[in-house]
Amino acid sequence: MVDVPYDTIAGVPPAEVAEVELYHPKSWWTRYVFSQDAKVIAVQYSITAMAIGMVALVLSWLMRLQLGFPGTFSFIDANQYLQFITMHGMIMVIYLLTALFLGGFGNYLIPLMVGARDMVFPYVNMLSYWVYLLAVLVLVSTFFVPGGPTGAGWTLYPPQAILSGTPGQDWGIILMLASLILFIIGFTMGGLNYVVTVLQARTRGMTLMRMPLTVWGIFTATVMALLAFPALFVASVMLLLDRLLGTSFFMPTLVEMGELTKYGGGSPILFQHLFWFFGHPEVYIVALPAFGIISDLISTHARKNIFGYRMMVWAIVAIGALSFVVWAHHMYVSGMNPYFGFFFATTTLIIAIPTAIKVYNWVLTLWRGDIHLTIPMLFALAFIITFVNGGLTGLFLGNVVVDVPLSDTMFVVAHFHMVMGIAPIMAVFGGIYHWYPKVTGRMLNEALGRFHFWVTFLGAYAVFFPMHYLGLLGMPRRYHDIGETAFIPASAHDLNAFMSVAALIVGFAQLVFIFNLIWSLFKGKEAGGNPWGAASLEWQTPETPPGHGNWGKELPIVYRWAYDYSVPGAARDFVPQNEPPAKLSPQGAHP
Amino acid sequence: MAETALTNIGASPARLAGWRGIVADWSSDQRAFKNVSWGKAMMWIFLLSDTFIFSCFLLSYMTARMSTTVPWPNPSEVFALNIGGQHIPLILIAIMTFILISSSGTMAMAVNFGYRRDRVRTAALMLVTAAFGATFVGMQAFEWTKLIMEGVRPWGNPWGAAQFGASFFMITGFHGTHVTIGVIFLIAIARKVLRGDFDVERRGFFTSRKGYYEIVEITGLYWHFVDLVWVFIFALFYLW
Repeated sequence: MVDVPYDTIAGVPPAEVAEVELYHPKSWWTRYVFSQDAKVIAVQYSITAMAIGMVALVLSWLMRLQLGFPGTFSFIDANQYLQFITMHGMIMVIYLLTALFLGGFGNYLIPLMVGARDMVFPYVNMLSYWVYLLAVLVLVSTFFVPGGPTGAGWTLYPPQAILSGTPGQDWGIILMLASLILFIIGFTMGGLNYVVTVLQARTRGMTLMRMPLTVWGIFTATVMALLAFPALFVASVMLLLDRLLGTSFFMPTLVEMGELTKYGGGSPILFQHLFWFFGHPEVYIVALPAFGIISDLISTHARKNIFGYRMMVWAIVAIGALSFVVWAHHMYVSGMNPYFGFFFATTTLIIAIPTAIKVYNWVLTLWRGDIHLTIPMLFALAFIITFVNGGLTGLFLGNVVVDVPLSDTMFVVAHFHMVMGIAPIMAVFGGIYHWYPKVTGRMLNEALGRFHFWVTFLGAYAVFFPMHYLGLLGMPRRYHDIGETAFIPASAHDLNAFMSVAALIVGFAQLVFIFNLIWSLFKGKEAGGNPWGAASLEWQTPETPPGHGNWGKELPIVYRWAYDYSVPGAARDFVPQNEPPAKLSPQGAHP
Repeated sequence: MAETALTNIGASPARLAGWRGIVADWSSDQRAFKNVSWGKAMMWIFLLSDTFIFSCFLLSYMTARMSTTVPWPNPSEVFALNIGGQHIPLILIAIMTFILISSSGTMAMAVNFGYRRDRVRTAALMLVTAAFGATFVGMQAFEWTKLIMEGVRPWGNPWGAAQFGASFFMITGFHGTHVTIGVIFLIAIARKVLRGDFDVERRGFFTSRKGYYEIVEITGLYWHFVDLVWVFIFALFYLW
């Protein structure tokens, strides 16, 4: 099909682009702090994201303490509870998961997996991190300003988000919106890099259809983010103007504390449309990288090629495209035209098809594989189970008639924590246990890792499984104190207490994980270049951890896809992507 | 082109035409867009993202305009000027639009001379483009001042829906910021052109990458985009 003249000796086309000389750091500061090396930037992104994630974890403990033992903790009042909810949600979704998957995994893995020396624009990439850090610092500063952080909920719905009844009305909401705007600017700088690197800076022989699925997931998610974040940017700017200048984009005429406000004529639903045009793709911005990572983990640790690679790629692309036409399924009860519900329910349910393809292909990859229950594999299996779980409740909530009674109950909370909280975090952990040896040259401690896995996995189910039941009982979300309610039995309160204890235990298990990360950096077992026997390119670097420029003198040449495991007749049970085929055919190797 | 010409070190592959060519390019290795440099690809993707920002702004404005219960001020009246005793609707906007469209013409000529390595003409045309851009921003400042003197505020105006002032200042302000950034960008690149940075492939200050005349074209892409956006703002805000 391709009329490119193949270099008959190597079986791959000649290089099209001359090597670009890298920026070489001259001092400690430019090497480790203001670094232009994607690998250092990735570590900076990951550490910052995990640090702010710990804040969100502590907030979830405080929320669970209040829910499990209402009235016991006098230092948590209703306002603070709302602030905890808001900051927990915002941090976890945007500042932890988005930043960690795209800024962390993306920066580290894209250049290594496609055989590039670095991102295409290292200087812009560096700026991306520092703007992200600034966004995080602005976010953290809201905890220390008068009135505290905003308590508007992570969706920041106006009119209540900027009215005086909501905590954080003075400074919290302003800084929150400013932080989001900064985050989007920083992300855009990084995102442009990731996309152009994948499209234009691959090594010889690396076709798009030979890229590992991790790159496909991160790439598609980045494209989506570049198209979805603009809606959040615009919504944030307009809400900021409403709050600061008194414009009325989103603010209808309303009475606040017995007085008519200065606002009038705006549309709160417009904000919801803008927010969810960002918000729904955002779900897949954190899910698609997870899909990709899981595909690579199970293929490597089951020593078997991924089942239906091409379908997996097209499923990722299809999910990415479809996720832009489903946003209003978050708004069935918002008062929008009811006919919209029919359209958006249909598109929502169509997404189940490519998603189901992915799940079937994961299961078929495992089928009769040589499954090694390593820690990354355990997390990958936990991801699949949890994602299926959360996905099935998504089918409930995608249908208008089922969603309307379940809306704003704990069922929704349980659903999205399963599908875009626990599941992506499982992929994050699996990814970290898998690639930590490449990043540091040492293995993470096995015993601590297994402890971390089982407590996190079982604990997460102990927290969120009963939550579905509470939701079906009708327990509302975002309530500081349920109190005595006729339709909620006393046993529900015991269940809440149980969930809170489980949440605390799961939280402490994460401290074990952090300890493991630090301890193994110094005392971990030496990993060598390729401890898992993986075929993809990042494990074939001449040095571990990879040096500046990744590949030493010569860029690698790719002859095959990333999934040649247990190939009959091969010397080892995996064939690295850059190993030339024994007998060269003019077409190159599979696929 | 200068960069890709220099970096095309391999044998030039036989390119297919039309859809078959696109499929061949995307299924090949190394690059999906053959003969497109990294910088140009990045600018195109950035502009795609920026398109979504302006689309969201304009859609929000249209939603506000359609859903408001108070009458919308008549743009032909609001944006009219009295010149020599004549009441001329939209005259200032017409001139502004003409200037911005003309600046696209000078920009295109600058790109042409850039690839001919005609330093002086390239820089001169870029500076003319920048001057047109600065004139545009200046006229916009005049327009803002006039409206503010007449009592238009982001939170209200004497003639009708409060969202008029809010949308107007937000959208033209955001576009004006783009033009201003473009003017700064143009002046910076024009200085480099004049100094001959791209003839000697001098390394840039920030990126420590070699510069090529292609940057003139990339600047041009941004500039044409900003002009194109203005056409939509003009049509949807002033002519509606």
